[in-house]
Amino acid sequence: MKIHEYQAKELMAKYGIPVPRGGMAASPDEARTVAEELGGSVVVKAQVHAGGRGKAGGVKVVDNPDDAAEFTGSILGKQLVTFQTGPEGVPVNSVLVEETMDIAQELYVAIVLDPSERRPVVIASAAGGMEIEEVAEATPEKIIRAVVDPTVGLQPFQGRSLAYGIGVPAELVRPAADLIVKLYRLMVDLDCSQVEINPLVVTGDGRVLPVDAKLNLDDDAMFRHKDLTELRDASQEDPLESRAHDIGVIYVRLDGDVGCLVNGAGLAMATMDIVTAVGASPANFLDVGGGADEERIRAAVGILLSDPNVKRVLVNIFGGILRNDVLARGLVGAYEDTGSKAPIIARMLGTNVEEGRQILLDSGLDVTVVETLKDTAEALRAA
Amino acid sequence: MSILVDRNSRVLVQGITGREGSFHTLRCIEYGTNVVAGVTPGRGGQKFGETDINVYDTVAEAVRDTGANVSLIFVPAPLAADAILESAAAGVALVVPIAEGIPPRDMVPVARTLEGSSTRMLGPNCPGLISPGERCKVGIMPGAIHTPGRVGVVSRSGTLTYEAVGQLSALGIGQSSCVGIGGDPVSGTTFVDVLRLFNEDPETDAVVLIGEIGGTKEQEAAEYIKAEMTKPVASLIVGQSAPPGKRMGHAGAIITGSGARAENKVAALRDAGAAIIPSPADIGTTIQGVLGG
Repeated sequence: MKIHEYQAKELMAKYGIPVPRGGMAASPDEARTVAEELGGSVVVKAQVHAGGRGKAGGVKVVDNPDDAAEFTGSILGKQLVTFQTGPEGVPVNSVLVEETMDIAQELYVAIVLDPSERRPVVIASAAGGMEIEEVAEATPEKIIRAVVDPTVGLQPFQGRSLAYGIGVPAELVRPAADLIVKLYRLMVDLDCSQVEINPLVVTGDGRVLPVDAKLNLDDDAMFRHKDLTELRDASQEDPLESRAHDIGVIYVRLDGDVGCLVNGAGLAMATMDIVTAVGASPANFLDVGGGADEERIRAAVGILLSDPNVKRVLVNIFGGILRNDVLARGLVGAYEDTGSKAPIIARMLGTNVEEGRQILLDSGLDVTVVETLKDTAEALRAA
Repeated sequence: MSILVDRNSRVLVQGITGREGSFHTLRCIEYGTNVVAGVTPGRGGQKFGETDINVYDTVAEAVRDTGANVSLIFVPAPLAADAILESAAAGVALVVPIAEGIPPRDMVPVARTLEGSSTRMLGPNCPGLISPGERCKVGIMPGAIHTPGRVGVVSRSGTLTYEAVGQLSALGIGQSSCVGIGGDPVSGTTFVDVLRLFNEDPETDAVVLIGEIGGTKEQEAAEYIKAEMTKPVASLIVGQSAPPGKRMGHAGAIITGSGARAENKVAALRDAGAAIIPSPADIGTTIQGVLGG
């Protein structure tokens, strides 16, 4: 689950990490008030779940509270289009108003899970303010890592050696190391799948603090963080993905016209690849999972059919616990709900496959039944 | 022969009295698996369903009474890490957690604890494993699609593994063992571990390796294939059409760097000498070509 920058900084502050002075504002008046309290020039930053805000016009340094209010008014309620969003962008419903700083150095710190190490790894770089992927490609020597032993956690010496390694001035190494150790504690306590501070700045007046902060919470761990679920902002999510999330189905919207209904993530990816290989394009990734019942299938297919781009539907089901007759009833039900006429290519294997096929063939829908993945590809090509 | 499990494996099931646990335990028994015990805390002293399999409160008791050496774990994700550690503490040689959605914060310390121990973990978020010639199925895969034979299958996926096995069996190509290593970023047994076991198994002639986007496990497999593998490997990487930054169902299937992309994995495997399976529809025919040539 993604959260906003201002929420990430509030959580960091709770863990004793110094953050810039400032506050969230959801109206021009609120922005003016925060700017007045801060005094002097301030930076106003659109709060959206996407990077690249600065280049997209979502961040502005202003000299006084009136300008803060004016800029806030100019972006609130608008869609912000960045390189990380689709062409439709994401809505700006709030801004973060913060003090400006005299920046002496821009650094980078993140903590991620390294599947090869099976441990969290702190990644730090002297090249802050840039995309870390670009740094990794162009100047990999600027990135240093510290692997964390989960039995003891990130140690202060590791924090210090990272801080020295990215060129933090000697007199600020201790607070920088302290910040990194606290960031690790936050990551573990709150079940973050990723934390990233880019840039982490050293200021002219001798402070070390995050100018931007990204913090992703692990969806699978939300059961033990009921208090954090309220940080979700569904307005930032694709509406179809958001609806799928609410019924417990994994749905990723893509830009093609072949709606895909599959069980199992690997088979779903393979199905998308088959679609792409014949020159068509998948409208989505959808894994209905093994334990889905008729109602959930019906709701999931309803979401898929409500995508106006979907012109046809490809079903690829290897039925185990999920019975094909249950699947077929859910599918037909969703067509009834939506009135869709999109033709179906159906490949069904496993439990109750004959009943499932019969339900589809009797439904009056435009159904092509296929046996193998090769037949599936040919049916896609023919249509 | 087979790898990891065979007809002598003594299987205990953690979470045997739950809905999924009981359903799949019966399928395993029907297939021929030697299920010797079940564990559900609070249900000790009962029999499992209509069988004479004893249910125990703790894994330690079950192991002491039955000599179980494999644990198939159906405990739900929030409680699964504890179940894995319980089996490891009891000295079970192979643990197979099926659950999807175990938080990485739980799995990191589990993986750390198992390092250097005598317990191997397969998964989590996996279908388990099956050795058709040994009539031993430790997992949730449909047994009927498998046929005994000499091709090993290793995969990060569940249903896509069934697809691969279905294509092999349809062409009359049997399997020695089929192993699902799981779709999570933090997991136990790796591609390299399974490739090494197949390489050493005198009754495996060739291996199908099915990988996907995310992480660099396939590149590590490629290094092993290049350096040590003496048997042919045919490999499929799925997720070629997935956009970066989006999680494709599996927690591990997200493109976060260039190494995680499908084309880099395919290139590494091709460079290592693996036969590249061009499309998910060609798994069977590619291995047929590999075996024929």
